[in-house]
Amino acid sequence: MSRFKKNGKKKIGAISTASLPDIVFMLLFFFMVTTVMRETTLFVSVVTPKATEIKKLEKKSLVSYIYIGEPIKRLQASYGTSSRIQLNDAFATVDEIQEFIAAEREARDEKEIPYMTASIKADESVKMGIVTDVKQELRKANALKINYSTRKGTY
Amino acid sequence: MANNRRGLPEINAGSMADIAFLLLIFFLVTTTMDVDTGISRKLPPMPEEEQLEDDSQIKAKNIYVVLINANNQLLVEGELMDISQLKEGAKRFIDNNGLDPNLSDNPQKAIISLQNDRGTEYKTYIRVQNELAAAYNEIRNDISLKKYGKKYTNLSKVKQKEIRKMYPQKISEAEPKNIGGDS
Repeated sequence: MSRFKKNGKKKIGAISTASLPDIVFMLLFFFMVTTVMRETTLFVSVVTPKATEIKKLEKKSLVSYIYIGEPIKRLQASYGTSSRIQLNDAFATVDEIQEFIAAEREARDEKEIPYMTASIKADESVKMGIVTDVKQELRKANALKINYSTRKGTY
Repeated sequence: MANNRRGLPEINAGSMADIAFLLLIFFLVTTTMDVDTGISRKLPPMPEEEQLEDDSQIKAKNIYVVLINANNQLLVEGELMDISQLKEGAKRFIDNNGLDPNLSDNPQKAIISLQNDRGTEYKTYIRVQNELAAAYNEIRNDISLKKYGKKYTNLSKVKQKEIRKMYPQKISEAEPKNIGGDS
């Protein structure tokens, strides 16, 4: 080791770390601005199906999510394995969807109501029966703009 | 003022980076970068009670009937079809323009009727929806390449609307009913 030091012609000074906080702060602000906190804890396991003809969901604040799927492993002992609907932070029945949509509308500005979208996040293994029921309820609630949540991919 | 403050020691800013790192890691962990994507559809409004279902006005040849049963099998226009052929079938039906007497008169009149069983898997349903959407998108893309030499997605809003008018996406879903198979 000492030989290296002797042979080295120039001495390299220590790299200044004074600007490190600035760099870190920059990153921090970036993540603070882009972050979207998880609003709901999922009680159902959802793996959305794959599709190619997908569109981005815009205006996240105007989207209401309806989750459909099997309860997660931890809850299967008490809730069984049949598909369930989750609205906000709790399991729900099909009848509660109309209330849910009404509550979602209440929370938004009146002008924004026509642009509200219901996003159906259903697991790929659920049966259409439950999805059809949800769709019928949405029609009854007059929430006609829907989006089947999918991920990008081909079969 | 200045005299009073002179005695105060300077605050050490060396740990600033550590604090910032801590916050940074917190936001890195909580952040969700995933963009929500999906297939957008518009549901039909609930039918009025006095309004009767009247499909008879539409000629049978202008309807492309797609049925999915509980075993995730497709019955298209009365024949069993594999899902991989659906896109081509739908494209042929939409862009027929009266060539084949059994298919649609013109793209404006063409309606795809989709019916599924309660026992159908959601995955299959989405795949069918996807194939049908793909059929329309490919046709629109072809025509816009032919007319404007550009892809449909790169066209201006007005031109997109024009092409949408030429090839309106009419996917009708029947009122839910059981169409065979165990549900």
